[in-house]
Amino acid sequence: MKCDAEKVIYMDNNATTRIAPEVVDSMMPFLTECYGNPSSMHNFGGQVAGAVEQARQQVSNLIGSEVSEITFTSCGTESDSTAILSALQAFPDKRHIVTTRVEHPAIKNLCENLGRLTGHKYRVTRLPVESDGTLDMARYQEALSDDTAIVSVMWANNETGVIFPVEKMASMAKEHGILFHTDAVQAVGKIPINLKDLDIDFLSLSGHKLHAPKGVGVLYIKRGTPFVPYLTGGHQEEGRRGGTENVASIVGLGRACDLAAEMMKEENDRVRAMRDRLEEGLLAAVPKSMLNGHKTDRLPNTTNISFEFVEGEAILLHMNLYNICASSGSACTSGSLEPSHVLRAMGVPFTAAHGSIRFSLSIYNTDEEVDFVLGKMPPIIAELRELSPFWEGN
Amino acid sequence: MWEYTDKVQEHFLNPQNVGEIENPSGVGDVGSLACGDALKLTLKIDDEERIVDAKFKTFGCASAIASSSALTIMVKGMTVSEAEKITNDDIADFLGGLPKEKMHCSVMGREALEAAIADYRGVILPMAEGEVVCECFGVTDLDVIRAIKESDLRSVEEITNFTKAGGGCGKCEDKLRDILQETISDTAVKPVQIEGPKRMTTLQKIKKIEEVLEREIKPALKKDGGDIELVDVDGDFVMVSLRGACTSCAKSQTTLKEYVEKKLRELVLDTLIVEEAK
Repeated sequence: MKCDAEKVIYMDNNATTRIAPEVVDSMMPFLTECYGNPSSMHNFGGQVAGAVEQARQQVSNLIGSEVSEITFTSCGTESDSTAILSALQAFPDKRHIVTTRVEHPAIKNLCENLGRLTGHKYRVTRLPVESDGTLDMARYQEALSDDTAIVSVMWANNETGVIFPVEKMASMAKEHGILFHTDAVQAVGKIPINLKDLDIDFLSLSGHKLHAPKGVGVLYIKRGTPFVPYLTGGHQEEGRRGGTENVASIVGLGRACDLAAEMMKEENDRVRAMRDRLEEGLLAAVPKSMLNGHKTDRLPNTTNISFEFVEGEAILLHMNLYNICASSGSACTSGSLEPSHVLRAMGVPFTAAHGSIRFSLSIYNTDEEVDFVLGKMPPIIAELRELSPFWEGN
Repeated sequence: MWEYTDKVQEHFLNPQNVGEIENPSGVGDVGSLACGDALKLTLKIDDEERIVDAKFKTFGCASAIASSSALTIMVKGMTVSEAEKITNDDIADFLGGLPKEKMHCSVMGREALEAAIADYRGVILPMAEGEVVCECFGVTDLDVIRAIKESDLRSVEEITNFTKAGGGCGKCEDKLRDILQETISDTAVKPVQIEGPKRMTTLQKIKKIEEVLEREIKPALKKDGGDIELVDVDGDFVMVSLRGACTSCAKSQTTLKEYVEKKLRELVLDTLIVEEAK
């Protein structure tokens, strides 16, 4: 299959990222001759275990943890489920979970299903957000109680890029003896993270969001945190996660973590500058457009902009014509009237939520690409508005 | 990613006859911003009842725009009585087909055409005289019967895909099923698919929750000088705002969980979780 990746202007990096060429190189031996099982007694398999351990070291370097605190999983969703379900089993008498209204479906639907599956044995408090997508710390403080088993708050939001103060929130939880989990799949690799002196007990990350392949994730489990495995089976990962290791992808993730550390400055300087130029350019060139989310407490690569009176799918398909890849917060089918739960929680008006577009950049984007998008977007929006019976001119 | 035909893409990317005719002979205005799509069709009709010009303005997705463009091309040059015979399937066929979830876009085209012709003739559409079955999208029983017959529909889901009826709160699903049964037994004898229980949509939940709030919960709270308002529904999470005496009442959380949530689970859906809005 040919995908013509070189023709594409890829600004959908919060959905998934390009696998770095260096990552592919690091993986190749494990997709070809080094196919042994790391659990085997013989040398041929056993030598592969060393590569897995090296990757564990690389991951721990990026997030400032100890090597033994890293457990490899299959994806961010598995890491999230493992952390929450472990905490609930570790504290069977506690029946309360605190989270937010803007979590990824991996957490949102897990909390929803918990109620369903356990006959509402568990209470869930979902913290509301302000119109700029930030949290009210006083409300968070109020929500914590002796009955709370775990807090799960994303480090950065996938749709808006808004960053939550998880360091502080984790210490507040600790004061109550509550475990703290953060879904950091969007934050790891984009902003510096050092877990060493933090009170975060669990952290989820996902390979394919930081230029490693899909199908590999990590659950960080702070040393000393009570833990109950989700996938039981073999003794892999010190008994914390059964199942033969996805060796090639684990090795790739390790390499990707090294690269992310090397590129951290570039991500926060050059990528941020490109993002800012794109955002400011679009808001200036397109009337009736607005930014969704806090302007500064935000990932350096993400911008979410609403274009009023036009519909997201129509915008994306026009962009598609120029091979520009991005995402929209609206879905249009016969029965669905539901724009994204994140924009709704922020109170973005219905008319604007329908026409929201998320651009998420990476180190592989260039200034030329930003110029190109800045050139194409205003006419696309203007053209669609010309078609719209609700648009009455500037 | 939707699977659109080349023809849909072509009409979406290069829509024909965009705009509004000045002093039109007939105007058809259907849909709304809240519905997610809307179409305004204007026609110029000469003395011999021939459509000499047609223009449109549309808010919506690719298939809504493409259907509108196709419609204007199809009707131009037709006499009014020829144009009257156009069905939504004709519009979809012109485009080489539409994804099934998007068939309502072609129906919106036909509805706008009928509305414009009725406006030209100065008559009220017979469809508008039918009984409204789906209140969310203003769909009448006559609209539904017609879609069933014209497009050979065999399930409530198909009716929703074609007319949007039942796609909002879903309260009319039983009625739609009855209409389907009656209409099919009138025409042919084909077995109707048996449908399993459908998950409630958010709008369905909202309607039912509001009903229970009005009927059961509000009157009870008002006895103590309190009140409650529904703010949002997100999946199984029901966000409400307590008013009046409830706001200063220390027991308000207990009321929320022990009374409001229990009632809603009993009368609406067993899986609901009630929480206080900001």
